[in-house]
Amino acid sequence: MRPRVQIYLPIADLPVNIFLILAMGAAVGFVSGLFGIGGGFLMTPLLIFLGIAPAVAVASVASHIAASSFSGAISYWRRRAIDPALAGVLLCGGIIGTALGVSTFTLLRALGQLDLMIALSYVALLTSVGGVMAWEGLRAMLRTRRGIVIPARRSGSHGWIHGLPLKMRFKRSKIYLSIIPVVLVGIFIGFLGAVMGIGGGFILVPIMIYVLRVPTSTVIGTSMVLTLVTMLFATMLHAITNHLVDAVLALILMVGGVTGAQFGARAGQKIRGEQLRLLLGLLILAVGIRFAVELVIRPEDMFTIRETGVTE
Amino acid sequence: MTARRRAIALLLAALAALVVAAPAAAERLIVSVSNHRVTVTPNYSGEELVLFGSVEKEADTPANRQNYDLVVTIIGPRADMVTRRKERRFGIWINADYRQFLQVPSYLAVFANRPLDDIANAEVQRRQQIGVNNMILTQRVGPDYADVVPNDPFRSAFVRLRSERGLYREDTSAVTFLTPTLFRTGIPLPAAVPIGTYEVDIKLFSNGVFVAKTESAFEIVKVGFEQFVATNARQNGFIYGLITTAMALMSGWMASIVFAKD
Repeated sequence: MRPRVQIYLPIADLPVNIFLILAMGAAVGFVSGLFGIGGGFLMTPLLIFLGIAPAVAVASVASHIAASSFSGAISYWRRRAIDPALAGVLLCGGIIGTALGVSTFTLLRALGQLDLMIALSYVALLTSVGGVMAWEGLRAMLRTRRGIVIPARRSGSHGWIHGLPLKMRFKRSKIYLSIIPVVLVGIFIGFLGAVMGIGGGFILVPIMIYVLRVPTSTVIGTSMVLTLVTMLFATMLHAITNHLVDAVLALILMVGGVTGAQFGARAGQKIRGEQLRLLLGLLILAVGIRFAVELVIRPEDMFTIRETGVTE
Repeated sequence: MTARRRAIALLLAALAALVVAAPAAAERLIVSVSNHRVTVTPNYSGEELVLFGSVEKEADTPANRQNYDLVVTIIGPRADMVTRRKERRFGIWINADYRQFLQVPSYLAVFANRPLDDIANAEVQRRQQIGVNNMILTQRVGPDYADVVPNDPFRSAFVRLRSERGLYREDTSAVTFLTPTLFRTGIPLPAAVPIGTYEVDIKLFSNGVFVAKTESAFEIVKVGFEQFVATNARQNGFIYGLITTAMALMSGWMASIVFAKD
């Protein structure tokens, strides 16, 4: 008898090696804990590579990201590293963005070029964000090596963003900021998450740091709350409209993911900030380049088949 | 009353005579599949069914009928599919052209005891639809519905891709005759086999002529936990979503408790 390592996924309609999925969940979970991101941009392509239908992968990964960001959010909450007011305002935008994203997704699918649009947005987003992040991390590392100290930005430095009306005081983050850019960022992330099947943490964190000037002490925990809620919302939407959430796949990913995330979070505390940014930047860049290569090189097979519906 | 009953009896007798008479001139095929209900369980990783049967000669079968040839065609549940072709535009490879395949078998296997060209000529093969190349795969090209020549690029790519996944196959040495009239063949079902009803079509040939046919069927079903999950995902989407999100929250919470201690 063959040992029971194969498990049949009821919605994906496919048997998979249970340890392979667990290991993938743990590895992506480790990365997500290390950098304080959801890890969807790694998990979704990995599952598609295993042969799981992209729609099922996107839908199931949403619940996996929700689980690992919830476990992360709890530990950040304990350390008082979440700004509830900021998270609440972000969420208002995030929910609107997710709903917009889902309708755009449907529209693109009707036009028949959804896969191309997803691949193009992966390339554009991942290479630019990854490139900037890696470059910035590298520069910071070189500066510390040379012993150059950059004067910290004065907390009072005002960009145009700080001149906008509807200001609100976010106590825990110690910032005084208009809610307009915060809601817009929430919409943007929710939109991307729904269209690309990612949590969006890897874009949200830099935006919060560089554009909204949220202090690093609350940025990761707060972004995790946004990821958690948008991904729970996305899971519900996928389950109700498309019936594509594979609970068995999601459960295996979750178990691996939350475990990996805990070890990742611990490892993250031992690595310096700029090294972390360089590593994350390189990782994101690598995924982006992989998508770009796939678009540019001549495919091994010109033809693909997709089932559009079984009728009996 | 009696006259009417007699008329009915006569009619029935005539019908019975017809039914008996029709195949009497030829052979009869008796077949059985080893399992009429294949269940997909958590550790399902493919299976092989066995089809066996025999050629029963009738009293008036010509005595010189020897050299039987057998073609077994298995057709899985039908589905609509799209085959897309990538082309290079603006330096990147994108899906440029596509064909819709309407109600084509999701699984197709053709098994025979020797090469199809030795069993019957091309015309008989085409008429009896034996061989993957002679199966009708309806395409929609714009407003037209048609099958095309076997070497059509979309059709051949479709067959090739399905074959690579073990879902389309043609094996002309799979059927073995244990005695001149007793035969068997294996039906391999890959791990990713579609769920549904499978028709089995068995055709008997002798000296290049079609002589008899029979049909059988088997079913591939999901059972147990898989079936439960799949049914609920489809029918109770809202509750299913709630349970999945609850599961996500629970596992996240559990992890933070388990790992918070050290």
